Amino acid sequence: MTTAQTTSKSAAAIDKARADGRAALIGYLPAGYPSVEQTIAAGIALAENGADLIEIGIPYSDPVMDGQVIQAATTEALAKGFTVSQVFDVVHGITSKTDAAVLVMTYWNPVVRMGVDEFSRRLSEAGGAGLITPDLIPDEAAEWMEASDKYALDRVFLVAPSSTAERMQRTVDASRGFVYAVSIMGVTGARTSVSTAAKDVVAAAHAAGAERVCVGLGVSNADQVREIAAYAEGVIVGTALVAAIRDGGVDAVASLTKDLSTGLSRGTVLTEEEA
Amino acid sequence: MAEATSGNADNNAAEAFLQGGSLKHAPGPYFGNYGGRWMPESLIAALDELEETFNKAKDDPEFRAQITDLNKNYSGRPSLLTEAKRFSQHAGGVRIFLKREDLNHTGSHKINNVLGQALLAKRMGKTRVIAETGAGQHGVASATAAALMGLECVVYMGAEDCRRQALNVARMELLGATVIPVTSGSQTLKDAINDALRDWVANVDNTHYLLGTAAGAHPFPAMVRYFHEVIGEEARAQILEQEGRLPDAVCACIGGGSNAIGIFHGFLDDPSVKIFGFEAGGDGVDTGRHAATITLGKPGVLHGARSYLMQDDDGQTIESHSISAGLDYPGVGPEHSYLSDIGRVSYEPITDSEAMEAFRLLCRTEGIIPAIESSHALAGAMKVGQRLAAEAASSGGTAQDKIVIVNLSGRGDKDVATAAEWFDLLDKDSAESEIGKEGEQL
Repeated sequence: MTTAQTTSKSAAAIDKARADGRAALIGYLPAGYPSVEQTIAAGIALAENGADLIEIGIPYSDPVMDGQVIQAATTEALAKGFTVSQVFDVVHGITSKTDAAVLVMTYWNPVVRMGVDEFSRRLSEAGGAGLITPDLIPDEAAEWMEASDKYALDRVFLVAPSSTAERMQRTVDASRGFVYAVSIMGVTGARTSVSTAAKDVVAAAHAAGAERVCVGLGVSNADQVREIAAYAEGVIVGTALVAAIRDGGVDAVASLTKDLSTGLSRGTVLTEEEA
Repeated sequence: MAEATSGNADNNAAEAFLQGGSLKHAPGPYFGNYGGRWMPESLIAALDELEETFNKAKDDPEFRAQITDLNKNYSGRPSLLTEAKRFSQHAGGVRIFLKREDLNHTGSHKINNVLGQALLAKRMGKTRVIAETGAGQHGVASATAAALMGLECVVYMGAEDCRRQALNVARMELLGATVIPVTSGSQTLKDAINDALRDWVANVDNTHYLLGTAAGAHPFPAMVRYFHEVIGEEARAQILEQEGRLPDAVCACIGGGSNAIGIFHGFLDDPSVKIFGFEAGGDGVDTGRHAATITLGKPGVLHGARSYLMQDDDGQTIESHSISAGLDYPGVGPEHSYLSDIGRVSYEPITDSEAMEAFRLLCRTEGIIPAIESSHALAGAMKVGQRLAAEAASSGGTAQDKIVIVNLSGRGDKDVATAAEWFDLLDKDSAESEIGKEGEQL
């Protein structure tokens, strides 16, 4: 991964977890679901109950990488009048109350519409750590590379089981903060088991030089977190948290986060080099 | 993507064209500042595989022979170029020629693309194809190609579209396809594409996404155009043979823009030929209920490509509206955005009313029932004809000296219920009246 690691909020949060002998927990919440205030409260609850990083999703009209639970939540947020600028209120609301690194997960068009530079500036001013970009690959990211350097933001690109060695290298090289390893070929949504492909993707990312690789898609319980914590620097949980806030509000987010965090210990698998 | 230099690139391209350079065979991934691959990483390997397979195939004499054979002996190509003499009287008296894609097997230009892509799917060893469809035309064409080549076929279609196009759903099922009603988002064509992409991510090992228009991520825009280039090649050769000269103008309708890019391609490098694309103006471009993407949209990224897009200030896609389901899409193929920016093609909106008037006229004057999509091109040609006639008059010539080719991209059998309702031809209590009412809401 490229330079500026000292200024990467995501890297710092992951490294802090690593120093504690555990993987980092990254929790996803869609902004504005069920309301902007609830998203902020749930984000704070995430941080207070064991999440090291928080991923705030921008509801978008055409979320091709999302399964039904997240689609339903973001569709509802949009129907209630969510506007993109409110994501900065959410980020600021969480970063002003917690130490968690807060990233924004967004499909690319809302950023294009606002202007990549302006979006980046406002995210930085809100205390945000960077962006996770599910439909932006490094090949198309020239503007974002420039803006993320200018505002010292992390750029988290995705790698997948289908990524070739060449693409893996290119993506790892372009990323800052961490690399998001997609565990399976599919969209977001809870699954009963984590595919064995995840471990291979993480190994390939490590081999390409990534120091921090976090696994997402399909992770919903502490056992799965434990399994992934053994080989990755971070574990990303989305759909299960969205279902929790849907069904039980902020309290349910807090208790699920507490439960998920019990799986983070890396135990004896921690090598000297990794420590 | 070279944002900062794109303006210069566009100017250079326009200049190169004016100086005799070529706009044909643009390979992608970029068309000026448009196109590219705004796609999840999970799908990039599949796009690479498709690009490689396509590039090899188009240089392979065996593949080209297969396409030529299917075009001739299955689709019924070449399609006719028919002079519409009586219709011409409503277009300023210029001579109008119709490129008869409506006479192809399955009733539209769509067959050109699906046969090509189904062959590529076979070459890649894929056993399953998926497709999106609005009213069902591309779904029916995909199901047809899949049946012909022994591929499993799954078609995603908005739940509301499934209900109001029940006969097309039945048609796809008769051909052996599975139709999946899409209930996510706005439940329209764009959401059908979203669900098809979600399917593709999960099943990319054995599945090819048979995209129906010249949009999406590279290589789709250039590849879909390639399979439709036959329209323009034939039309150009036919008009030269029949009239001994090139037309003054070429007209086509634009949704995603596949029939249009196919016929335009034949004439892009003929500077004397004016080219017009007609978008769906719906209730009117000042009503907000339309699908005039280039006329009123702004550049953005959707479904894998940077192109003009109907979007709000937040970059959320706006729902489009058109009486024609085939044009009812809030995006447009990236090559069209480029051809608009450099001024090679003029894009103009045609309202539902204008299109339906042209629909009625063609029925009554030529005995041809056109697709409502194609009726937008006919309505546009009537305007272009008036302008050319005025031009001819001012330079001492006659309207009869001017030739306009219209791509009649599809037949209107599928639109009869909608048209009957529009023209109030049905008994209020008839079942067809109910279907027509629903169709009209398209």
